[in-house]
Amino acid sequence: MKAYLSFFRIRFLAGLQYRTAAWAGIATQFAWGGMNLLMYAAFYKTGADAFPMEFAALSDYIWLQQAFLALFMTWYFDGEILDAVVTGSVAYELCRPADLYAMWFVKGLAVRTSRALLRFAPILLVAVFLPAPYSLGLPAGPLAALLFVFSMALGLCVIVALSMLIYISAFYTVSPLGVRVLAGTLMEFFAGGVLPLPFFPDALRTILYALPFASIQNTPFLIYTGHLRSREALLELLLQAVWLVLLVALGRFWMRRAIRRTVVQGG
Amino acid sequence: MIELKNVCKHYKVAKRSSGLSEAVKSLFRREYTSIQALDNISFTVRDGEAVGYIGPNGAGKSSTIKIMSGILTPDSGTCFINGRVPWRDRTAHVQEIGVVFGQRSQLWWDVPVADSFDLLRDIYRVDGSAYRRTLGRLTELLDLGELLRTPARQLSLGQRMRCEIAASLLHEPKILFLDEPTIGLDAVSKAAVRSFIRAVNKEQGTTVLLTTHDMQDIEALTERILLIGKGRILLDGTLDELKRRRPSQRKLTVAYNGDKLPAIEGLSILKDEHSRAELLLDTELLSVSEAIARISAQAEIKDVSVAGESVEELVVSLYREYRI
Amino acid sequence: MKLYGKYLAMLLKSQLTYKASFVMTAVGQFFVSFTAFLGVFFLFSRFHEVEGFIFAEVLLCFSIILAAFSLAECFARGFDVFPRLIRTGDLDRILLRPRNVVFQVLTSNMDFTRLGRLLQAGLMLAYALPVSGIVWTADKLFGLGMMLLGGTATFIALFILYAGISFFTIDGIEFMNIFTDGAREFGKYPFSIYGEGVLKLLTYVIPLALFQYYPLLYLIGRSDDIRLLFLPLAGFVFLLPCYAVFRLGLRKYKSTGS
Repeated sequence: MKAYLSFFRIRFLAGLQYRTAAWAGIATQFAWGGMNLLMYAAFYKTGADAFPMEFAALSDYIWLQQAFLALFMTWYFDGEILDAVVTGSVAYELCRPADLYAMWFVKGLAVRTSRALLRFAPILLVAVFLPAPYSLGLPAGPLAALLFVFSMALGLCVIVALSMLIYISAFYTVSPLGVRVLAGTLMEFFAGGVLPLPFFPDALRTILYALPFASIQNTPFLIYTGHLRSREALLELLLQAVWLVLLVALGRFWMRRAIRRTVVQGG
Repeated sequence: MIELKNVCKHYKVAKRSSGLSEAVKSLFRREYTSIQALDNISFTVRDGEAVGYIGPNGAGKSSTIKIMSGILTPDSGTCFINGRVPWRDRTAHVQEIGVVFGQRSQLWWDVPVADSFDLLRDIYRVDGSAYRRTLGRLTELLDLGELLRTPARQLSLGQRMRCEIAASLLHEPKILFLDEPTIGLDAVSKAAVRSFIRAVNKEQGTTVLLTTHDMQDIEALTERILLIGKGRILLDGTLDELKRRRPSQRKLTVAYNGDKLPAIEGLSILKDEHSRAELLLDTELLSVSEAIARISAQAEIKDVSVAGESVEELVVSLYREYRI
Repeated sequence: MKLYGKYLAMLLKSQLTYKASFVMTAVGQFFVSFTAFLGVFFLFSRFHEVEGFIFAEVLLCFSIILAAFSLAECFARGFDVFPRLIRTGDLDRILLRPRNVVFQVLTSNMDFTRLGRLLQAGLMLAYALPVSGIVWTADKLFGLGMMLLGGTATFIALFILYAGISFFTIDGIEFMNIFTDGAREFGKYPFSIYGEGVLKLLTYVIPLALFQYYPLLYLIGRSDDIRLLFLPLAGFVFLLPCYAVFRLGLRKYKSTGS
């Protein structure tokens, strides 16, 4: 907890120094979200019946996606950690008494929350005041709002746990860049970053909903919009938690093996 | 011929603040401070001269080099190099100068050095026979033979610096700027680089202007020194002049056989314990050799050392004198 | 020109030094745009058309913008990563050489892995050409070529503009991504589907629609005004103001040395 706070503080203060970057980022994401909505509006005009959700719900989905981009970004990997693994300087980290998995995990949480905190409020605020179908609505109800917050926290942990697997894979590959680009792209796609998951063909969607990638942002956003209601929402929340436990267990197990291997090789 | 007159340059630097409330404030409003990097700089360097440009970090050395190489325009003042204003006539100007940055590379990292040279030949439009002649001479002088076939990333720092210098001379520039060319090199490489620069200056008549923190570079390479501090030229003279300007008080440490030194005319004893004495000498009254002669007349000297001899110490004392 | 060839050979040689990494990254680049393609594909399996454009027509549009973007990204990569040139001091080195600055920035960096996207664009084009129902007469093939050329010029101009602006604000440069990466992303569809306002902006301010939307109308037979095929030339004209911004930035750089 203390480690989280200090990581968070450093990142947050560093982020604040770059005020122009923050404003530019907000404007960019705003334009990006707007263009996306205009595109879906065109499809809506062509075939409203084929739309898998209310248009207003889609607006919520898109704006939440833009506002919390930094929280759930699938293509972000910590350069320092990857460097440490690739150059072998991770060996020094192993000499410290701290639990490496927990350290990296906490750092991932801190980077994402600090970045998101700088950016989400202005986007949400402006989006709320847009004209009707394009605006960000309020959550489907007080319960939905509560579950949304829990689900967001779980989603954040799931993406961090997933990126941990990429860091650990860097122990085994010579050039982590290719793996990183590939993994980031595929995760983004499966998480609904390219096309919101409700728009996928039915068969594929059923599979994707069961995979951990849907647990990142799709679940909390659908809870917010009321697409997932009380019982369903609770079940999805449970699924998120199950994935989180599994991913952390896998990550810890794999990391222990990777480290043992590195130590044996004297890498 | 390099001529700078009343060159001034200032920078605006944003204040980076610490602490949360300060940082939040700076989100909306930012304060700037103005730094006077160059304050009325004037000097002239004749063709074929070798000049050492020295001063502490942040004194304005690299700003001056940047202005002279046409990368930076000054706020005011004039600068003529071979009759041209560097920043106004960039292409023609840079054709006649060579610049070596000790900290940065101009070679292409992943390809053999020879390929980099080849490309540079085309960039500088050097014709075939002149290029072969120059390259041959450089290869011999810098002992590049094997290195030319090696990718730059596989070279040691010393080897790379030799190649960097050669790369800056392929187009036979009239003026060579060297920004800390010996930084980080081992003693052998330093010696090689120095002797080469000296050869280029003496034999080709190339004007050399060099910044360095290494006083041995200055001693080995330059007759003339420009000392800059806080954006001003503090001293412009020969190494000898500089040496003459050193403080007249020198400290002698003498180890001798005996118990205590008697008082000696012109020398004051600072400390005298266990057959070791520290003496203060005023060179305006007594030269160092006379002082040693007088001491040896009184006691049997086993060892003697004189402080304040090296240029390094000299510059440190100058820095102190000018409070920079 | 001979010098350009030499630079090209040299950069290719250096990038192929690390073959495994090169191939992996190129494959990665391919997949990045492949998921974008899948997105379009899934939407069309649901809606079948958008604003009267069918799947093959959209693919035509998508492949042209992607090809133009990846060509520009490959050969004008120096401008795309320009903030890095400033930060590392490589720009100073460029200014120390007796050649045109733009030429040197162009040759400072070329990223051939970006051609992974070109492959994707080629595949989509190969699929769309026959199934689009367009009869490929000489004028239409000419139009296709114009779109590709004009598109590449427009993207190169945008990269130069990006570099020019980065002289003034490195922190705020992210905003330009809307016009570079964003144009690639949203240019998958004819720009008219985003509505009147966006179309006007991309016609009169940033000429993205001029090489994408208008000539497409001629190709698919929605308009028979052959003059539309010459609109992509605006991309070359657009190079001028972008270059002017770059020169202005360079002048500022020389006076502040930041």
